[in-house]
Amino acid sequence: MVYGVILFPSTYFALRAEKKSKEKGLSVRLIPVPRHLSSDCGVCLRIFWEQRETIESLLKEEGVRMEGVHPME
Amino acid sequence: MIYFDNAATSWPKPPEVKEAMVRFMEEIGANPGRSGHLLSIEAARILYEARETLSKLFNIKDSSRIVFTLNATESINLALKGLLRPGDHIITSSIEHNSVMRPLRDLEKKGVELSVVPCSPKGELDSRDIKKKIQSRTRMIVLNHASNVTGTLLPVGEVGRMARKHSLLLLVDAAQTAGAYPIDMERDEIDLLAFTGHKSLYGPQGTGGLVIGERVNEKEMIPLKHGGTGSRSEFEEQPDFLPDRFESGTPNAVGIAGLLAGVRFVLKQGVESIRRHESHLIEKLIEGFKDIPQITLYGTAEMKDRIATLSFNIKNLSPSEVASLVEEEFGILCRPGLHCAPSAHRTIGTFPKGTVRFSLSTFTSDGEVKRSIEAVRHLLHQKD
Ligand SMILES: Cc1ncc(COP(=O)(O)O)c(C=O)c1O
Repeated sequence: MVYGVILFPSTYFALRAEKKSKEKGLSVRLIPVPRHLSSDCGVCLRIFWEQRETIESLLKEEGVRMEGVHPME
Repeated sequence: MIYFDNAATSWPKPPEVKEAMVRFMEEIGANPGRSGHLLSIEAARILYEARETLSKLFNIKDSSRIVFTLNATESINLALKGLLRPGDHIITSSIEHNSVMRPLRDLEKKGVELSVVPCSPKGELDSRDIKKKIQSRTRMIVLNHASNVTGTLLPVGEVGRMARKHSLLLLVDAAQTAGAYPIDMERDEIDLLAFTGHKSLYGPQGTGGLVIGERVNEKEMIPLKHGGTGSRSEFEEQPDFLPDRFESGTPNAVGIAGLLAGVRFVLKQGVESIRRHESHLIEKLIEGFKDIPQITLYGTAEMKDRIATLSFNIKNLSPSEVASLVEEEFGILCRPGLHCAPSAHRTIGTFPKGTVRFSLSTFTSDGEVKRSIEAVRHLLHQKD
């Protein structure tokens, strides 16, 4: 399985992203931001890389602010 | 003992409030939004859930628009000082608490123009009197939803519709109503809602918030405090997004854990059912007092237009004498005096001595109301 992570400007949006994704039955998880990336609030959303487009458009619709989507190493 | 000072702060609290706070201290404890570790995420989750739960209570679509503060006073200061500029005009009522009056008097010195619309001696506001004061520079109307002195509700929905028509903002001080009377940000067309956590939301002291409606541009609103938010730390400028823009510094997370439990309690009971219980009790109390010739009651007698807070006076006794007598002899704890609202007391004709205030909660029982009526009758008997 290839994972990716979505970064957010604040923890509020990370939590909102987790909730909205889970409500849609998507498998996601809040994890600490991987070392090679940097995001200040410290937490990001781990997703299945192949679902990134679905999740991104869902979150956009739900007014979640994002700071980038990255594949996990 | 009978606790009748719920308008100052509610007591007792539902047991789950204390349990949530203990659980936070024992099992979570970390700083929310500052790190990615397990406990920090759990702490952030508490704040997030509290925003979501409050959104249900007040019918808010976007929970990021709820900013946590220490209390209603901080929320009101943030809204007024954050949005008003010299040259702006603002309208308020004569029944406001000092948490509205004092920041407004301060802003007046800084060039904001203020109109104070008189209420009736029962504390009623005619929204047409507000309308008459609207002028080209009017920016905002601020009203309490119910007075902490008279218990009389103000017509915020009516004023909200009028404010929209004139492109003004409506700030509502819901310190006395949040949790005890239905509030719907959309239906009542409220732009800014200041609430406190420790009264009818049954949370601990040191919790409250400001809901910033969609018509308010948060980027143009100046924070009361600038500082660390855990977000955008690479920049020395304050973030421009909600809720972080107005939440600098480590929050009262343990308090918010308690507030979350309090709001869940309110939603479980249902605001309508809490209201029905409290209305029934205050009606009993008013009935018990109204035929006693030595007692003057204040506020409206219409149950649908009031909350469960009652001000009264007894002939030839000062409010503080009454309060100490009912405490010493009958164990009733209440609040005499001016209740931080001198303008309200001027409006109802009780300045400077004030009134005796009995304020109830969802935990007040029929028996307590009955005993307090008997206590006051007994007191009058002794004085005769
Ligand atoms: C009408 C009203 N506004 C504002 C406040 C201030 O609330 P807090 O003390 O929680 O800031 C109170 C209560 O004290 C109140 O009754």
